[in-house]
Amino acid sequence: MNCSQCDQKAVLTLQHGKACKRHFINYFEEKVFKTMNKYQMIGRSDTLGVAASGGKDSLTVLYLTKKYLEKNNFVNTSFFALAIDEGIHNYRAKTLQDLEIFCEQYKIKLTIVRTTEEFGATLDEAYPKVNKDTHKKPCNVCGVWRRYLLNKHARALGATKVITGHNLDDEAQAIMMNMFKANISMAAHIGPITGVQEHELFVTRVKPLYFCTEKETRLYALLKGFAIEFTECPYSQEGYRSQIQDMLNGMEEKYSGTKQGIINSFLAILPLLREKEQREKQESIKICTSCGEPANQEICNACKIKEVLIEK
Amino acid sequence: MKIGIFKERENSRETIDFTGKSVLDLLRHLQINSETVLVVRKNEVLTEEELLEDQDRVDILSVISGG
Repeated sequence: MNCSQCDQKAVLTLQHGKACKRHFINYFEEKVFKTMNKYQMIGRSDTLGVAASGGKDSLTVLYLTKKYLEKNNFVNTSFFALAIDEGIHNYRAKTLQDLEIFCEQYKIKLTIVRTTEEFGATLDEAYPKVNKDTHKKPCNVCGVWRRYLLNKHARALGATKVITGHNLDDEAQAIMMNMFKANISMAAHIGPITGVQEHELFVTRVKPLYFCTEKETRLYALLKGFAIEFTECPYSQEGYRSQIQDMLNGMEEKYSGTKQGIINSFLAILPLLREKEQREKQESIKICTSCGEPANQEICNACKIKEVLIEK
Repeated sequence: MKIGIFKERENSRETIDFTGKSVLDLLRHLQINSETVLVVRKNEVLTEEELLEDQDRVDILSVISGG
């Protein structure tokens, strides 16, 4: 099967036709750069903290951020990679090794923050204790920790934006999770640029891979030769997300364009969701009385988890 | 025909007897959702319509992040 635009062999069938290696790479990069431009994700005086784990999404977004800055001659925009090591045995050390090699190869400054330094425990150590008291799943604890540490350390390192590698599949899953759980308030906070209210302690998160599917991103990373060894988080099958992921992939296989349809529908109503959230949310963002970081309540979720760990 | 398969996610190798023709037929035979994998033969990524031949060896790479 040949590419729709030339006589080279196709590597992927897209909605609009087949693409060979060269045309797929062009298509993918143009899509990411258009997303960056459309949502004004990167400014000429920004300092960018790229949330990185060493997986295909973060290596791709790191590479394309660097390429975008060079292509557009953004000489005053600096960027660095920021990784969170939550210490998951047999998993995180490998992905961080891939990340360190990648950052060295592309001369990208990398900072690794460890949960043991901030919370005194790895996820493996903390999860059984926290789960006993709160019934929280490992992904809940990990999510709270990662968001907290990314925001805190990106800000400390001078970042004006945090770039994440969330792709179209991640977002479609998050939209459906919020929908199924009737979590309209949470839904208002996601999107290509996160957040409803601006706050000096919150670093805005942006998602350049927002319109790229998981399959496209894996293919791009493969064709570009990024060294990624498949590793699986031992907790990944425990989460609600993995069931939504299976459901959406099943739908996509039968009805091509399902995930894109979810994203398009969501983007059409996102302004209304944000307007509703701003109108109904009487209180502004609070400051955690324990750590001084932004919070929804008197004590932030990260400090609540910390309290459980100290009590044990 | 016989097809040699490496499944990245399980880190396993096997040779199967296969009566289908295309990559999509193979994935259906293995009950793998085509949305979740890339199929590679001799360092070339194959589309789902690509035809397979006897004694082919293919790698089935997971597109889903491990966590």
